[in-house]
Amino acid sequence: MAKGKVDKPVNNGVNVDALFGAQEALKNAPEAAKFKWRAQVEWIKGTHSRTTVEKFYGLGAEQKHKEKFKFDADHPEIFAAEDNAATPVEIVLAGLASCLTAGVAAVAQARKVQLRSVSATLEAGMDVRGILGMDEDIRNGFDGIKVTYNIDADASPEDIKAIVAQSQKRSAVYDIITNPTNVTVEVV
Amino acid sequence: MSWCLAARSIDHVVLERGEVANTWRTERWPSLTLLTPNWQSRLPGFGYEGDDPDGFRTLPETIAFLERYARHVSPPLKTHCPVTSVRRAADGYEVATPQGTWDCKAVVLATGGFNIAQVPKLSDAAPARIVQLNPVQYRNPESLPPGGVMVVGAAATGAQLADEIQRSGRPVTLAVGEHVRAIRTYRGKDMQWWMNAAGLNDERYDEVENLTRARSLPSFQLAGYRDRRNIDLNALTSLGVKLVGRLAGIQDGKAQFSGSLRNVCELADLKLNRLLNRIDEWAAENGVSDVVDPPHRPEPTRVEASPPLGLDFERAGIRTIVWATGFRPDYSWLEVPVLDRKGNIRHEGGVVTEAPGLYLLGLTFLRRRKSSLIDGVGDDARDLSAHLAAHLGEPRSGKHAGLA
Repeated sequence: MAKGKVDKPVNNGVNVDALFGAQEALKNAPEAAKFKWRAQVEWIKGTHSRTTVEKFYGLGAEQKHKEKFKFDADHPEIFAAEDNAATPVEIVLAGLASCLTAGVAAVAQARKVQLRSVSATLEAGMDVRGILGMDEDIRNGFDGIKVTYNIDADASPEDIKAIVAQSQKRSAVYDIITNPTNVTVEVV
Repeated sequence: MSWCLAARSIDHVVLERGEVANTWRTERWPSLTLLTPNWQSRLPGFGYEGDDPDGFRTLPETIAFLERYARHVSPPLKTHCPVTSVRRAADGYEVATPQGTWDCKAVVLATGGFNIAQVPKLSDAAPARIVQLNPVQYRNPESLPPGGVMVVGAAATGAQLADEIQRSGRPVTLAVGEHVRAIRTYRGKDMQWWMNAAGLNDERYDEVENLTRARSLPSFQLAGYRDRRNIDLNALTSLGVKLVGRLAGIQDGKAQFSGSLRNVCELADLKLNRLLNRIDEWAAENGVSDVVDPPHRPEPTRVEASPPLGLDFERAGIRTIVWATGFRPDYSWLEVPVLDRKGNIRHEGGVVTEAPGLYLLGLTFLRRRKSSLIDGVGDDARDLSAHLAAHLGEPRSGKHAGLA
């Protein structure tokens, strides 16, 4: 049981009342809980591409971000590319980092723990002989991901660990990375 | 419940599909023991009088114990009387059985939550040559084919079976999802002694922070063996059991495991330590600290640096999968529309408010943390029999209550 040790109201900028409200509302309307996330990509040149996200589906209707967000991706120069942007695998790390960190803020808020600072370093190992097709026994993807959090908060080290563990338990990207997902790629 | 109803002079009948202690007789593996010490099997009007209060009953001893209790209460019992339907009638409920039909003002469903062994859909994808068993079908390690065994699930059942199968010389791979770690003995006292003394077992359903979660939590990784050994993941690892992540899929003869093993172990370690902190606080506040051993914290669960994410059944020599993936209740005979979308009955502490006169007994955290223990049924039966009596109106009016 995490206990807030401050008397002033805890504010991590997360509206947990709204989240608990959504939980309650979706209990009786499971269809509204079904979301579709979408992205569109355009090839630019070489390994450089640009993905945009804008529309998604949820709460029984089409939804839209406030603006169209763009994510460029490329490969570094040592891969004989132009290094116009982060590599796709780094964007995966960014996704995991953001998802876990949002979770830390939300769980801390729910447990009435005031956060002062949250930072994390992520490192993922990869043997590129996999993607180069040099050895079928080496996978293309990461051989592991290490996330190291540094958190300053009004809570005991154990309570902070529990917040980070709970954030992993409830993280979409953590689940996507740790469990298999069917992927269907079609050409039309 | 029959004892409580009789004490209130409420006319009733107890319907049993087989014999007294039927589930224990026919649907559990022979080495199963009670997870609670002998002293803790306190039933209304009945307690432990033997000379081994701290021991654990074996399966035959548990059956004999329940038989003795049945003789003691001497309820109006119909055995071999499976209920085929319960439906609403003009003035209550109609309970149909092959031995006839009862019209009741009230019905208590004391069939429990552990009727059907749940096996996930992904079991269909297991290679045809693999023998698959659930805990109802499982008897003992010797009846399994020689070779490796994958046990799926690490609650009490999975951990107990992993322990005994590994000890039989068959190498066990244990797929571990979210679990609840426990230790048999803490500060020289049984874990259930603490749960009982510190009032944790008496925590009520309307006091607990997240009831849905409390009701769906996996069981403690505990066994009631004579040597009081732990069966937590560290104990199993020391025996040689191989821990892998939650079974996430089976494809082309290969099992896929979740990469979340480290986190589920971390969650379980933190949860156990919170429980031990609570126990220590209680001990300090109640002057118990000096008469028990000093506190300690169990070693964090050992997880190898990179647990395997996949396994080829053939190459790993695995011949058997034991699905210890939980039980669910069987309400196939219940024709009253009170089930939620997960197949559980909506209720308020055992009172089925949508169907007045319908009650539940013996489910996990029905009214208290101890509700699914033999030790917990008494308090629940006292509460619910009072509610039931009020529902029937004035006592001694000759109205019926049936127990399915």
